[in-house]
Amino acid sequence: MTAAKYPKIGFGIVVIAALIIVPMNFNRYGLFILSQWAVMTIAAMGLNLTLGYAGQVSLAQGAFVGIGAYAAAIMTSNGLPLIAALGVAIVLCFVIGWILGYPALRVQHHYLAFVTLAFSTLAFLVFRNEDWLTKGIYGISNIPRPEIFGYPTRRPLPFYYVCLGSLGIVSLAVWWLIRSPWGRAFIALRENPVRALSLGIDTRRYTLMAFAIGSALGGIAGTLYAPLTQYVDPVPFHLSLSLDLLMMVIVGGSGFFFGPFLGAMIAVLLPEWLRFTQGYYLMLYAIAVIGLLIYSPTGILGILDRFISERRTKAASALRAVAKAKLETAP
Amino acid sequence: MKPVFLASALLATVLTGAAIAQSGAPIKLANVAELSGGGATVGTNWKNGIDLAIEEINSKGGVLGRKLEVTHADSQSNPGVARAQVQKALDAEPYVLLGPGYSGSVKVTAPLAAEAGIAQIMGGEAAELTTAGNKFLFRTSFGQQSSMPKVAKYINDDLKAKSVAIVWVNNDFGKGGRDSISKEFAKYNIKVAADLSTEAGQADFAADVSKIKAAAPDAVFVYVNEEESARILKELKRQGVTVPLVGETTLVGQKVVELAGDAANGARGHVGLTTDAPVELVKAFRDKFVKKYNYVPDHNGLKGWLAIYMIKATTEKMGKVDSKGFADALHGFTITAAKEPGILMDATFDANGDIDRQGFLVEIVEGKQVVKQVLPKLGN
Amino acid sequence: MSNLLDLLIAGLATGAIYAIVAVGFTLLWQTSQTINFAQGEFVMLPAFLMLAVMHAGAPFWVAIVIGIALSLLLLGLGFKLLLVDPMLRHGVLPLAIATMALAIGIKEAAKQFWSAEASPFPSIIPGGDITIFGRIVALQSIGVLVLAILAVLGLTTLLNRTSIGHQMQAAAQNPTVARIVGVPVERMILLTFLINAFLVALASLLITPIYLAKFSNGEVLGQAAFIAAIVGGFNQVRGAIAGGLLIGVVDNLSAAYVSTQYRAAVPLVLLIAIILFRPQGMMGRPEERTV
Repeated sequence: MTAAKYPKIGFGIVVIAALIIVPMNFNRYGLFILSQWAVMTIAAMGLNLTLGYAGQVSLAQGAFVGIGAYAAAIMTSNGLPLIAALGVAIVLCFVIGWILGYPALRVQHHYLAFVTLAFSTLAFLVFRNEDWLTKGIYGISNIPRPEIFGYPTRRPLPFYYVCLGSLGIVSLAVWWLIRSPWGRAFIALRENPVRALSLGIDTRRYTLMAFAIGSALGGIAGTLYAPLTQYVDPVPFHLSLSLDLLMMVIVGGSGFFFGPFLGAMIAVLLPEWLRFTQGYYLMLYAIAVIGLLIYSPTGILGILDRFISERRTKAASALRAVAKAKLETAP
Repeated sequence: MKPVFLASALLATVLTGAAIAQSGAPIKLANVAELSGGGATVGTNWKNGIDLAIEEINSKGGVLGRKLEVTHADSQSNPGVARAQVQKALDAEPYVLLGPGYSGSVKVTAPLAAEAGIAQIMGGEAAELTTAGNKFLFRTSFGQQSSMPKVAKYINDDLKAKSVAIVWVNNDFGKGGRDSISKEFAKYNIKVAADLSTEAGQADFAADVSKIKAAAPDAVFVYVNEEESARILKELKRQGVTVPLVGETTLVGQKVVELAGDAANGARGHVGLTTDAPVELVKAFRDKFVKKYNYVPDHNGLKGWLAIYMIKATTEKMGKVDSKGFADALHGFTITAAKEPGILMDATFDANGDIDRQGFLVEIVEGKQVVKQVLPKLGN
Repeated sequence: MSNLLDLLIAGLATGAIYAIVAVGFTLLWQTSQTINFAQGEFVMLPAFLMLAVMHAGAPFWVAIVIGIALSLLLLGLGFKLLLVDPMLRHGVLPLAIATMALAIGIKEAAKQFWSAEASPFPSIIPGGDITIFGRIVALQSIGVLVLAILAVLGLTTLLNRTSIGHQMQAAAQNPTVARIVGVPVERMILLTFLINAFLVALASLLITPIYLAKFSNGEVLGQAAFIAAIVGGFNQVRGAIAGGLLIGVVDNLSAAYVSTQYRAAVPLVLLIAIILFRPQGMMGRPEERTV
């Protein structure tokens, strides 16, 4: 096992280095798309925590991205620093997530999905109708990009590094979380709620916690989304974003740490690659997603997982065969 | 696998972009519009108008002997995607940027085009777009700040209405119109008796109309898209609302008449840009469009068409294909239909990129648009 | 107060459509745990199929017959064989996501192969208005309401009064036991997909004259039907009917008496309230936990 770890770490370093170095000579479009990928990955990681680790379907992750985006847009265009907006967004999304989840989970497992569905449309209506706060359908434009330790990040490349850096920090935090006792409790919940309960895990509290933390990650993604596009209006945070994020998690492989990275790549980059087909690109994208899910309902990483476990069984049966042969040939 | 996958794909996009920029002869235009999502009808009309105009110009030898060529990109009616696509389009250094149609998407992308020094001819109608001092942004239709005063004046002077119910669609188009006209009503001391927001795609207007009835206004101002206009006209008739119904292009277009039938009779409105305008060139345009695409375009089809002819006329005026000089050449330029029939009606572009052109006040009488007044160009 | 009647009738007519769509939704859920996020697009599509047939020169009634046949084939049989069957054993969610992608695919296809424009669509119900209790009511509203009620009555009769209906219910409630007592469970499940395909084709026929044939019609309808299904109780046909009618009426009343800007919010608040106080839906039965 330890021997297999080194190539993995080496691969990880290569990927990170590539994400830092390769985009240096990208054009503005490439950097924008890549930044979008980083932001969406953060949001999808949050949903993966809720769905993949705690087994709860949330249809409001897009709304939490919206809350984060509006927090950033409103606060930074009033001269407050982005980091303050980040704090507000995290707290706000966490608390709202908790309040939403509490009654829903009190009743029944899958009712969280229904409540979040309603919430995401309600959030859209509030974004659109409360002009005094959100400037309504006109949206908030000219959102400034932050200065990090005195460095302006107005240009595409520095801001890409802000997004990538945030993704790095969030990844580390999530990595730590799912290896902590909390994370193990989340998984216990998903795998067998009754057993988890009998083991003395307060299932409702942990489920709620997973949902609230996942929502807060949506808020973080939102605080990056606002300065990335530099314009926020209600339309992008409609239910469709929540559904898109759900799709990212499932397509990448829900419950796998790297699932959201791949899922967001499919959702953000695949349509871009298909654009050469003009009017057909979204259709082809839909067909590709359906095809992938039929082939592997557990997502891309599910394929990999299946492949690895098949190889392991093969290796194991080979070993067994060898052992058997040895036994048989033994006098 | 991931970085290779990623880098090669992005590299591919960069390379195709470069290839387009290098090949010499045709003049490259880039269009970013709402081809899917909520604005797909707007964007598709706009795109079809562009394609039709380019086809016609190219068949007659192009502009200054060079063919026009356009790339279309879909913004999915999402400002974030619009920004990415405009960035991509600008990275390929087009001669002029076309689109988007949604005002929100215009707001995100206009600073990028201005920074690149490339003129942007767009479809947005929100008042604030051309007041921000952007020297590269041009309209293809009246902004709401120039059309709404005409409507309000008509409601005050001719209809002598003292209270008006406003019905608007809750998107940036409808909200912009509602805010502009409310401001004008305030100037005339006209009371807003009811202020009703409706949803795009709404099918059932029973509740909205019953509110109008309860408010008993002297007139109703309807500012929703064509399909919803037809539905609300039917419901107004059914519930027996008889006060004058006033609107804009979207209330009195031919499409509304077809969909609403009898219920459209009596509707009146200001028409800045319509395929029903009593102008021979406009009628000819409409016939060409219907022949190619099999449906009657809305004003967005006309806008796309005009954008291309604005480029043609301005380029011919400069006598050269000069992307940097384009915006300057178009500011203060009057394109006459006599010299450039493709522009359909004489149009002047002011220093803000706003368009000035003839307008009409029309009324639907027995299923036909009848012009009641011709509103002349302002700066003659 | 006289307006109230107008609002009720209009709301019921809209709600009846939601009800038909929601019934199909719950049928699929009951028999095969399929959450069909493309249900709205399923309603949008048959009208385009019929338009295409008419475009080829066939009269309206032929187009209706072919349109319904095609939707049975594509949205019933095809949907089940190509999408649901291979994915069902992997749980609810991947399939639900696949139907989301399917919704995008259908929408884009309708736009690309037909038009982004709304096309007029002939009505099987004559136009015009009639007077009931001194109120002028569109014949179309009445016709939609009557046809929707007939369809739903027909369906409940099928489910409750015929042996096929009983077999279907058995297959839905406990497939294992049903199989033991000799119910052809697979065939029954296929039948529910066909019934759903028929219902969406009918809904398409009824609403398209009002909504016009447009690629984006499914978005609003799908969501409304989904909410109606939850409000009524996800596991009961008559709950879905009540949910649909209620959503239609509440939508209209809230636009008239609460706020037009927030009209869409009221049914959702209702939804949340129902989940809190009556989680099995208005008419649903509590679901047993299977763990």
